[in-house]
Amino acid sequence: MVLITIMVFITLLNLVPIIYHFLTISVKILVQLFFGVYSMLGFVLLKVRDRFELKSPVKTIEDFIRRFTPSRLTAGSNSSSSSSLATSKSMHRFGLSTLSSTSTDSTLLKLEEKLAYSAQMNNYGYSSQQGRTAVGGTPEEGELRYEAESPDEAALVYAARAYNCSLVGRLSDQVSVELPHLGTLSFEVLHTLGFDSIRKRMSVVVRHPLTDEINVYTKGADSVVMDLLLPCSSDDPRGKHQKKIRSKTQNYLNLYAVDGLRTLCIAKRVLSKEEYGCWLKTHLEAESSIENREELLFQSALRIEKNLHLLGATGIEDRLQDGVPETIASLRKAGLQIWVLTGDKQETAVNIAYACKLLDHDEEIITLNAESPETCAVLLEQCLQCVQSKFSNTIDGATGNMTVGFTPLYPPSSSVLSSLGLVIDGRTLAYALEPALEDKFLALAKRCRSVLCCRSTPLQKSMVVKLVRDKLKAMTLAIGDGANDVSMIQVADVGVGISGQEGMQAVMASDFAIPRFRHLEKLLLVHGHWCYSRLANMVLYFFYKNAMFVALLFWYQFYCGFSGSSMIDQWYLIFFNLFFSSLPQLITGVLDKDVPAEVLIAVPQLYKSGQNMEEYQPHMFWMNMIDAMYQSLVCFFIPYFTYYDSEVDIFSWGTPITTIALFTIILHLAIETKTWTFLHWSSCIFSIILFFFVALVYNASCPVCHPPSNPYWTMERLMGDPVFYFTCIISPVVALLPRFLYRTLQGTLFPTQLQLGRQLSKLSPETRTQLLTELNVKETIRQTQLLADSFSLSLGSNASHCYRAKNQSTPLPASPQTRESLFREHTKAEHKTDQTAAASPQGAVLYEENKLPSSAGSLERSVESLSVGTTLPWSSAVDQEDFSLLKWITSTPLFSHIGTVLQVSSSSLQNETRDSICVLGSSLHVDFKGLKEESSNCDFLVRSAGCI
Amino acid sequence: IKPSSPCNKCLNVSWDSTPPCTCTINFTLEHSFESNVFMYYGLSNFYQNHRRYVKSRDDSQLNGDNSSLLNPSKECEPYRTNEDKPIAPCGAIANSMFNDTLELYRIDNDTRTPITLIKKGIAWWTDKNVKFRNPTGDGNNLTALFQGTTKPVNWPKPVYMLDSEPDNNGFINEDFIVWMRTAALPTFRKLYRLIERKNNFQPTLQAGKYSLDIAYNYPVHSFDGRKRMILSTISWMGGKNPFLGIAYITVGSICFFLGVVLLFIHHKYGNRNTSADIPN
Repeated sequence: MVLITIMVFITLLNLVPIIYHFLTISVKILVQLFFGVYSMLGFVLLKVRDRFELKSPVKTIEDFIRRFTPSRLTAGSNSSSSSSLATSKSMHRFGLSTLSSTSTDSTLLKLEEKLAYSAQMNNYGYSSQQGRTAVGGTPEEGELRYEAESPDEAALVYAARAYNCSLVGRLSDQVSVELPHLGTLSFEVLHTLGFDSIRKRMSVVVRHPLTDEINVYTKGADSVVMDLLLPCSSDDPRGKHQKKIRSKTQNYLNLYAVDGLRTLCIAKRVLSKEEYGCWLKTHLEAESSIENREELLFQSALRIEKNLHLLGATGIEDRLQDGVPETIASLRKAGLQIWVLTGDKQETAVNIAYACKLLDHDEEIITLNAESPETCAVLLEQCLQCVQSKFSNTIDGATGNMTVGFTPLYPPSSSVLSSLGLVIDGRTLAYALEPALEDKFLALAKRCRSVLCCRSTPLQKSMVVKLVRDKLKAMTLAIGDGANDVSMIQVADVGVGISGQEGMQAVMASDFAIPRFRHLEKLLLVHGHWCYSRLANMVLYFFYKNAMFVALLFWYQFYCGFSGSSMIDQWYLIFFNLFFSSLPQLITGVLDKDVPAEVLIAVPQLYKSGQNMEEYQPHMFWMNMIDAMYQSLVCFFIPYFTYYDSEVDIFSWGTPITTIALFTIILHLAIETKTWTFLHWSSCIFSIILFFFVALVYNASCPVCHPPSNPYWTMERLMGDPVFYFTCIISPVVALLPRFLYRTLQGTLFPTQLQLGRQLSKLSPETRTQLLTELNVKETIRQTQLLADSFSLSLGSNASHCYRAKNQSTPLPASPQTRESLFREHTKAEHKTDQTAAASPQGAVLYEENKLPSSAGSLERSVESLSVGTTLPWSSAVDQEDFSLLKWITSTPLFSHIGTVLQVSSSSLQNETRDSICVLGSSLHVDFKGLKEESSNCDFLVRSAGCI
Repeated sequence: IKPSSPCNKCLNVSWDSTPPCTCTINFTLEHSFESNVFMYYGLSNFYQNHRRYVKSRDDSQLNGDNSSLLNPSKECEPYRTNEDKPIAPCGAIANSMFNDTLELYRIDNDTRTPITLIKKGIAWWTDKNVKFRNPTGDGNNLTALFQGTTKPVNWPKPVYMLDSEPDNNGFINEDFIVWMRTAALPTFRKLYRLIERKNNFQPTLQAGKYSLDIAYNYPVHSFDGRKRMILSTISWMGGKNPFLGIAYITVGSICFFLGVVLLFIHHKYGNRNTSADIPN
């Protein structure tokens, strides 16, 4: 009912962040295959290819991959294959990158056309991605339409086809691949070791049709696959080579990730017959075992997925859905706190978070990466201290320690007012979610504007949601589209599923299903708000209505000797709530719109009324009850005095009271109703007509049927009596006068935001937009002001705290107040100047900058005025800290053994332009960017970016 | 009944004494009554609306249903049967029927001229003609029709001897019907008689001295009740009650005042909103 505080958990898929990928129909894929994109990888494969060339023309998938590298496609001549390994490495990188830049473009364009064509040609052929689902395929090449379990897989297959290597058939035990020079090859699929979120990879065991070799192909998360590679000795030159390749691959993977691509590693392993036979035996046992089958299969998969040989890496771009940044921004404005829980790797996730404006570039990022619970605990502790000290603008001894454990990634910035973002990875999250640490974790997370959890498993997602829901007593909303979000969706108070390419599991587990992420804005801001206001008003109204009606009977007890008799006919008592007064409130409860949808969307701040529980508060409840009592007194005593000492009988007196109560209740609802439609009018009128109709028919129906009441002909007689009408007019007027007066005065003199919003909708569109822009500007100013206030207050409190520490013997003087007033003057003065400066965002920033020295200065002044003997290192501390953004990263195993990674990620975070990351062939990259924008409506784009 | 009242002597007389205690009250009308005059008796502190009292009747019996006549509804308990005979009319309401007799005289030069009191037309038409019916059977002899039943415990006479006229006797006796319409409030009045205007040249009741003869049967002293006799004319709006008029005038003036205030407020503050934004 009350959407108090919705913390939106946006979850991402198991390896896949939904947030940006939310059902992109046109998944734009960048399959960056090692051969083409980066020379180093190309080198690896060339080597492999050469080896096979000795035996047969095409034997392996590597070979088929080789064939669709851009160099092949565009340059035509296979210069690389003929050249020696040693030379081709460098030649490739520098030579071909320039050579193929134009030709690659054209190829890509062609590919797009082709794909667009094939997309139009919707023959309903199914073919599935290798390794997962098995659906029949159509033989016709070029008109294939693949359906896969996940869009990633489909993207890979489409990409392969774009390079003329099409998957043409998929049976349960066979994969047919059509290769440009060889025709169709059928690989026998011996085993499929399915994906699970613990292994984070999947494998197929295939028999090569030509060599009869048994190969294991594994694709999976880079971190996992990289750890499973065959260890290579460093003394052997080949091993050295391998090592180099790996580190380069890792480098590229990181580049992809920073670029926001979803990375996968592909590796293979050649099994000998004996090895295979041996493994097969245990595997079959595992498959046929009844107990513990899952566990055994898992073990079996672990046995075969080792000593892998790296083939390469892919990067798939999963485009953000339309309007994701805007939606997140307006949800933020509405006061929601947004956490992203994703299975993606950290770099990818951070990048996507930037892309969808979850993290801002001027925001400080706290990154938590820990290897053990202990480090995690220390980290949390330090971050917490650091954040607290930052908020209070004091620096304690922790600063020195911090630099030991962390590397500040972000250069010092002047913006102290920018909020915090927290990035935490799956492993650290697991530690942080332990009971000992969860409170600290939450305390830290609460201070952050956004929280990003990467590499989290479905279980972790649900644990995070549960933690927040239980500990912060917040209303949680989880939104996701994948099967791995199901647990989270179920745990959250409100679960929203996005129906799309990831299947229907999330939708089926959810409370609400929406087709696009941006619809969440409407769901929450419009429908959520309406729902809240309707429910709040209806609950109040229900209580009012019943209290008012029952109180009528209560007052009567004073005049019937407390015997429990009722002046209202029993049938009226029954029908009153059931028929006479139910329809209008039902209509209002379902259809009332307190503020029109467009205003709610335009002013997300209005959503806060729900979070602050503005429409249903205890005092409103009691006011409502008092009003109900007053109204019932009026409705009782006006007829009482009218008919006092007259010959009226019990039901001729009770029927006017019922009528008056009905009028009052319906008119009360009319005061509370914000939108009037035909239905509202007709329901109110219908209810009144229904009452009179029922009363007349009932009173005329049968003279003896309704003992003991027997109101025969009462209504008919009353309706011939003018007193009845006079009473019925004056009583509702008197009863509703206070409420009407209150509403009018409150609406005119002290309008709430919602009422203003309602008024906004009545204005002409031009004035409305003008007002809205004004409003946004003011909002910015206000926020700055607010922060400044809190800042100065915290400064003040800290100063006094310190003072207390220093002079414990002396009582506190009244200086804190003076100090505060001092601050206020400062801020006010600056605020004024700021307003004149058109209050643009730049203005706000300026303001922040202005404020800092002044506050620091005034702080010093205040310290001096307190005449503290010992010198406090205030100013120096402030300088030292320089209000810098904190951005800490620990040395993870991943980062420690690949030194370059850290630099890459840090540089990418430091530099706001991501394009500069692409060190190689940046011009080409830019070209592709342009191309990407142009062809955004195209189904997908295979991007063989970079330099060949 | 005030202690000084001439009827005070009747307070201690048993309610079923025969002949009944009679008393006379003299009063003066300051103004003459021009139109038809309604004569009411009023009772105070009489909870005719008590839950068990209200239920204690059998509408079928009163509607002339023969089986109900001999076998009244259980609601009538404990006034359902007396000495194994069904009571007609049964129930507490009927049992406690008001049975004082009021007679009005005009005192003109020490001569008492009785004023004609009309006892028909005091009940609702529907009650008399639809809701209340005498039992049906051969003949119109009510005594025969009510055979097998007994009178209510507190009645001096059975129901078929309430009046001499056949169309105002038995269950359709109008005094009885009026009584059976239970009052809503503990202070109530019931229509007793009508005084019709005889001709257009003479007021119905001239100003002057009158006396009221009361055959005091109905005891109210035990429950601190009071009896009254009210003479009233009726306008198109019913009986004389100033409350509604006062209420309308008061509420009307309040509304007018508020209207002016609100108009002022609207003029002063109403336009502010169009330029106001939403402060957070």
